[in-house]
Amino acid sequence: MGEQITGAQSLVYALETAGVTDVFGIPGGAILPLYDPLMDSSSIRHILVRHEQGAGHAAEGYAYVTGKVGVCMATSGPGATNLVTPLADANMDSVPMVAITGQVPSPSIGTDAFQEADIRGITMPITKHSFLVTNPDDIPRAIAEAFHLASTGRPGPVLVDVSKDALQGSTTFEWPSSLDLPGYHPVTRPHAKQIREAARMIIDAKSPVLYVGGGVMRARASMALMRLAELTGIPVVTTLMARGAFPDSHPLHLGMPGMHGTVAAVGALQKSDLLITLGARFDDRVTGKLSTFAPDAAIIHADIDPAEIGKNRDADVPIVGDLAEIIPDLVTAIEAEYAAGRRGDYEAWWSLVGRWRDTYPLGYDLPDDGSLSPQYVIERLGVISGPESIYAAGVGQHQMWAAQFVKYERPDSWINSGGLGTMGFAVPAAMGAKVGAPDRTVWAVDGDGCFQMTNQELATCAINDIPIKVALINNSSLGMVRQWQTLFYNERYSNTDLHSHRIPDFVKLADAYGCHGLRCESPEEVDATIEKAMGMNDAPVVIDFVVHRDAMVWPMVAAGTSNDDIMVARSMAPQWGSDD
Amino acid sequence: MSRHTLSVLVQDQPGVLARVAGLFSRRGFNIESLAVGPTEIPDVSRMTIVVNVEGLALEQVTKQLNKLINVLKIVELDEASSVQREIMLVKVKADAETRSHILETVQLFRAKVVDVASDAVTIEATGKHEKLEALLRVLEPYGIKELVKSGLVAVGRGPRSITDRSVRSLDRTG
Repeated sequence: MGEQITGAQSLVYALETAGVTDVFGIPGGAILPLYDPLMDSSSIRHILVRHEQGAGHAAEGYAYVTGKVGVCMATSGPGATNLVTPLADANMDSVPMVAITGQVPSPSIGTDAFQEADIRGITMPITKHSFLVTNPDDIPRAIAEAFHLASTGRPGPVLVDVSKDALQGSTTFEWPSSLDLPGYHPVTRPHAKQIREAARMIIDAKSPVLYVGGGVMRARASMALMRLAELTGIPVVTTLMARGAFPDSHPLHLGMPGMHGTVAAVGALQKSDLLITLGARFDDRVTGKLSTFAPDAAIIHADIDPAEIGKNRDADVPIVGDLAEIIPDLVTAIEAEYAAGRRGDYEAWWSLVGRWRDTYPLGYDLPDDGSLSPQYVIERLGVISGPESIYAAGVGQHQMWAAQFVKYERPDSWINSGGLGTMGFAVPAAMGAKVGAPDRTVWAVDGDGCFQMTNQELATCAINDIPIKVALINNSSLGMVRQWQTLFYNERYSNTDLHSHRIPDFVKLADAYGCHGLRCESPEEVDATIEKAMGMNDAPVVIDFVVHRDAMVWPMVAAGTSNDDIMVARSMAPQWGSDD
Repeated sequence: MSRHTLSVLVQDQPGVLARVAGLFSRRGFNIESLAVGPTEIPDVSRMTIVVNVEGLALEQVTKQLNKLINVLKIVELDEASSVQREIMLVKVKADAETRSHILETVQLFRAKVVDVASDAVTIEATGKHEKLEALLRVLEPYGIKELVKSGLVAVGRGPRSITDRSVRSLDRTG
């Protein structure tokens, strides 16, 4: 028998054994017993955040750039409920995360005790799995299983709720030698017959597209994707969750599809005869009106989650497995086809999509009054800071521009809230990313609306030597909502004016948080301001880019309409020219 | 829409019923009935769920159920190759004049009387959904005071068991 220790000490040992080195959290009553032994851990750094939502998004940002499981911690009741948004966010975007919450002592559970909330019940629909631990002996097993579940199969968030008496009780530490998850068997090896069938379809297709989603990132399969694309010469589109999975500079890349995708990417999906879908899920923001999406395309759908296959669009060839195995298998199968003298011919297809790409590149108009264009700011930021930097975005116009105008050349350089669309994601996610990748430059590309939801984490960054940089695209509005009001609500701007040109003063706010604050109001100052911020590494930097508020995100497929009706700019439809 | 009977083997753990029920409600699937109880294997429970969905949606139901960590196995049981039963307890008004008629009906349906009071009888009936509905239609004119039905339970015909080796290996009580 091992040494008698508390459940709390056992939990710290369990986290250490699971390889945890960084935790984001805030203590409180129910989880206090855990924070005592945590103080003595030599391998775990706990970063005290200012709001539990910040802890959750930081854990996500950390997971994005390291590929490890991000860990956040909160106390019972409100501490735990503040994690609900990050848990839902991680669930939508398949981010590996373990959230540890304190719970009231088990005899008090169900009595509406002080700071009691049934967080396991609350989070059941938005976690991959959850545990309620009331016996200290069960702690190591719950932690081992939580980390396994979070990081394998389709990754996702797992909640471990531990009652205070389980933390205080006496136990011995024993790491489980095997896991007890009889209902959990993610399939990683793809079916060979399906792979061969997919290879044959790829050879026979006339207008195929590699439709690449975030699953390729999670599988860390971008090198394999490069081989597949270069072997076949098939055009690639990368969804919002897959920006960086394939280099933007690559001649086979058509850019991002979807509501604000490039004409070439949207058009290629739409006119394709074969979508080779890799870790993507036919989200409504990509397909537009589903019944009109890619009407002539046969579908190869490869995903680790069988429930994604056939959910929104029927698959002709379903392939369940790990993309890190599927893509190399596809390469091998296609090489076998080549060896047998069968080859795809996509020349006519390329002349078409190439023309769309040349005719409708991403672009923007500069404001007539000489004021600052938000797209220009973001484009320059990407050029000056470069592709080795990490860019974390909030949600809205700035997010779309950051997806469009920063050029991504490698995975793990773009972090955003794609599925849930969580405003306020950028600053805490950037903080987590910087902790996970301290040697890389990390930018939060944020809007003035988003920034005011979570900017308290600047204090965490300043105090804990986490020098992130914030490019605040300040248009004094809830910009994306305003854009919809411009287009669909007769320019009636109900409750979208934030007045952030006046309040707050973001430079003073940065200063108050112990950060450098810079302001940039004209195009001439943009490069110099970004370069100045690049040189400031002793503390976080916030640049208040005061930008033109009427800029809009284009192209656009209006919600609920068909991708065929994509607008390049207001009332401007592209000429597909597929008939000539 | 058509009716499907799913037998779902689950780990008998706290919250598993909430997970299953929650999944149905948030994905917009309609549960017609749900019955849950222990099996021959310790720590494994069996849910019999009757859902009203179309073919494609049924595939989503089973795939989503399979994603629940505590779900071990799902088998669809069709009516032809399985035995499906519900139990019903119904309290019917019965005075000296109507009692004998009611008892006759009970016999015809191979149901039984499980409680008698001066102005009511309680009848227990077991069978398929259609049989119980038919019995109810006959009893209705006498006046139904109270009605309770279990969910449907079902088991496949023939010698095979759905608790195959992979599930049986869970039985580590030995």
